[in-house]
Amino acid sequence: MFEKTLAELAQGLSSGEFSSVELTQAYLDRIKAEDGQLNSYISVTEEQALAQAEAADQARAAGEAGAFTGLPVAHKDIFCTQGVRTSCGSKMLDNFVSPYDATVIEKFNAAGAVMLGKTNMDEFAMGSSNESSFYGPSRNPWDKDRVPGGSSGGSAAAVAGRLAPAATGTDTGGSIRQPAALCGITGLKPTYGRVSRYGMIAFASSLDQGGPMTRTAEDAAMMMNVMAGFDQRDSTSLDREVPDYTLKLNESLAGLKIGLPKEFFSDDIDQEIAAQVQCAIKEFEALGATVKEISLPNTHLAIPAYYIIAPAEASSNLSRFDGVRYGYRCENPVDLEDLYKRSRGEGFGAEVQRRIMVGTYALSEGFYDAYYKKALQIRRLIQQDYVNALQEVDIIMGPTTPHPAFKLGEKTSDPVAMYMEDIFTISLNLAGMPGMSVPCGFAQGGLPVGLQMIGNYFAEERLLNAAHQFQQATDWHKQSPVNA
Amino acid sequence: MEWEAVIGLEIHAQLATKSKIFSGASTAFGAEPNTQACAVDLALPGTLPVFNTEALRMAVMFGLAIDAEIGYTSVFDRKNYFYPDLPKGYQTSQLFHPIVGIGHVDIELEDGTTKRVGVTRAHLEEDAGKSLHEEFPSMTGIDLNRAGTPLLEIVSEPDMRSAEEAVAYVKKIHSIVTNLGICDGNMAEGSFRCDCNVSVRYKGEEEFGNRTETKNINSFRFIEKAIKGEIERQIDLLEDGGTITQETRLYDANKDETRSMRSKEEANDYRYFPCPDLLPIVIDDEYVSKLRDTLPELPDARKARFIEQFKLSDYDAMVLSAYRDLGSYFETVADKAGDAKLAANWVMGELSRHLNQNDTEIANSPVTAEMLGGLLQRISDNTITGKIAKQVFEALWAGEGSSADEVIEAKGLKQVTDTGAIEAMVDEVIAANQPQVDQYVNAEPEKRGKMIGFFMGKVMQASQGKANPGQVQGMLKQKLDALAG
Repeated sequence: MFEKTLAELAQGLSSGEFSSVELTQAYLDRIKAEDGQLNSYISVTEEQALAQAEAADQARAAGEAGAFTGLPVAHKDIFCTQGVRTSCGSKMLDNFVSPYDATVIEKFNAAGAVMLGKTNMDEFAMGSSNESSFYGPSRNPWDKDRVPGGSSGGSAAAVAGRLAPAATGTDTGGSIRQPAALCGITGLKPTYGRVSRYGMIAFASSLDQGGPMTRTAEDAAMMMNVMAGFDQRDSTSLDREVPDYTLKLNESLAGLKIGLPKEFFSDDIDQEIAAQVQCAIKEFEALGATVKEISLPNTHLAIPAYYIIAPAEASSNLSRFDGVRYGYRCENPVDLEDLYKRSRGEGFGAEVQRRIMVGTYALSEGFYDAYYKKALQIRRLIQQDYVNALQEVDIIMGPTTPHPAFKLGEKTSDPVAMYMEDIFTISLNLAGMPGMSVPCGFAQGGLPVGLQMIGNYFAEERLLNAAHQFQQATDWHKQSPVNA
Repeated sequence: MEWEAVIGLEIHAQLATKSKIFSGASTAFGAEPNTQACAVDLALPGTLPVFNTEALRMAVMFGLAIDAEIGYTSVFDRKNYFYPDLPKGYQTSQLFHPIVGIGHVDIELEDGTTKRVGVTRAHLEEDAGKSLHEEFPSMTGIDLNRAGTPLLEIVSEPDMRSAEEAVAYVKKIHSIVTNLGICDGNMAEGSFRCDCNVSVRYKGEEEFGNRTETKNINSFRFIEKAIKGEIERQIDLLEDGGTITQETRLYDANKDETRSMRSKEEANDYRYFPCPDLLPIVIDDEYVSKLRDTLPELPDARKARFIEQFKLSDYDAMVLSAYRDLGSYFETVADKAGDAKLAANWVMGELSRHLNQNDTEIANSPVTAEMLGGLLQRISDNTITGKIAKQVFEALWAGEGSSADEVIEAKGLKQVTDTGAIEAMVDEVIAANQPQVDQYVNAEPEKRGKMIGFFMGKVMQASQGKANPGQVQGMLKQKLDALAG
């Protein structure tokens, strides 16, 4: 049962092979037994999950079941969930029980989904390894001494470790795609504005985007059918029709034009990763696609620009955590300044504090033009690179990460080395287009390799179609660390 | 050398929207603390702002009213600072691209001349909550009901040279925003408040002196007093060889003085940057011209019309045109009474006095414009005297009747114009006051005019004020002169 995809579970529920309560209970039992090793959940919401499953079974009995009714999913602990702790991986919000549901959560509830729990993550989504979580790092199911990636590391570990059939994640600089690659699962960062950010705790507002983390592209399409859509509570969400993402999965790839940016195949990347990605591209050629080399000339500027824009927005977004209204408050503050300093000093971890400092500095009087404004100009250049490239080709492909999963603690003392792990994912958030990571092989030591696929604005359907066709022809996505 | 003050003002006008600028919570004043603050106003994690376009409409209306450049693309920025009643840790405002650009208003000076004051800009922003320091010993209470209320911050050029000019400017802006219906103008509730930037220099100098900013003054009188006091303080300090520190000051109305709040060195670096949660606001000519069509008549235009149409004096026209309610009240009265000068006198006199004494808005006046117009009609057509009219007004104010005619009828206040009845009263008074009649008869003819007042008084008394004074006077003169031969 734990090897089944969402689509297969939906089949099982509708054929009566098992009930949602049985399915949910099985997952809850497995989480209880196995998550001690993976630490992929911050909260397991057993009681609510069983109540939702019960309601889903009743709805099915009443003939009111939809495509998602009764399917269990896990949610990254960045999405506010009413009546449930929403920690964002931080001591700051360890005591925060949200009084409302994020739009994404509302949509899953309305679709009849069952929430298994809230998954582990880097604190406030700032990290590429899950090591900045207040709740301790989640671990990579393929090698428990290694990181699952981040920031949606808990979601990736849970899906790969068969502790959830699917999960939500968020991607600000690669936080869905990178952990999906490192854990051997499928992850999709939609077009900025496609999924509502309301109730998704902000890291960098102009970059954050929620999306699915699943076993297969087909499952990602099912998740997108629930998650995507305009939300009048999010001014940056786009009022544009949502297709049924499962409809075009089986279209042929004949004539698909693939572009390989030369900047993504530099000598710096792991050669096994490069080899696996090249093999995957051969597979696409066999499916009828044509391949050409392209250039994204400003790629090298993405990390510097990102590490101005994202911390600048974060420094402001995280100001609300001040110990006044909710969240962590220091003990016995002597005055207002002491309250602020100690609540924030004690409530935020080191990486979050580092980024707040960087962002505050970048926005300071006298530095704004040199840093923030310049970074916005670079952002435009990067965006233009993608726009130009996607006039020539349909999908841009390359590795999701330069290396496979690294060891816990390996990069914690060198933030810049950690930031460089996002070198292939970050530029896409600056541009706003959708991107996926799909499993495309294994590197030495049996560590998964991810193929990144990038499409034009709102080309999620095309990406899912290409990924699904690839997964029909390969079985990388079927490999399981549980059976390995 | 003579000193000169340089004054620039920042006015915060609360826009009269029903809901807040970025959330659906109500903006009504006076509710229980924190009952009008939703998840967005409380800045709960994950919440996002959605712009209330009603605030945009109001800001553009203001821009049109002061003949300003309209920002066809305006952008919200975040002004970052920590304060307990600022829930997000930043105020959403507009620094780089405000909705209203350069404009101007004309103010009337005491010498009857007009002065043009430049408006640098007006931008939209959200209000903060309130910190309550007194209610809780050794603690501070936070009320976030006001957080997110839309404000239009109107920034003037440093064009004013005296406290009087500053007040005239504030009154003009007050009258414009209330006329447009975009602000209730209630200064006591903080709906309209003012920061005053003041510096002094020797007359004729180009350079500005160091300025101070006195914050959040909420009455016309306090603005005048605070500015006067600050000008004096600065001049005294400079004449004693001191220097002015650039600082923020607070006006203490109880002590009638300003005191230092924080100096420039302690000032925040607000780290403004465009708010990534809100899209730029883009408007087009069609939007603006549609709003231009809905613009009501503004005080300056109304004043000119009152002078032209009703032949009012400049002063009367200015007073009566300043507020929409007052202006239309006056017009109704004038139309009905058929005598604009009489209407102006009554509206600015008897009516205003009653409104002030009872602290009543003109919209809630128990004497409606229709009622007052009806009353003045009865003065014009000699049904009642002006003196009786005041009695009728009192009765109407007290709710003793729904029209002047009703009160006049019920109380029998109708003027006596019947010649026979007046003659009878005149004869009676002459007969009853023989000594005064003798005096009159023996007086020089040119002195008799003044002496007739005594008989007038007696007859009016006998008629309980109802006899037509013109008729009485005529008849007295005729009869007394006849006695004098």
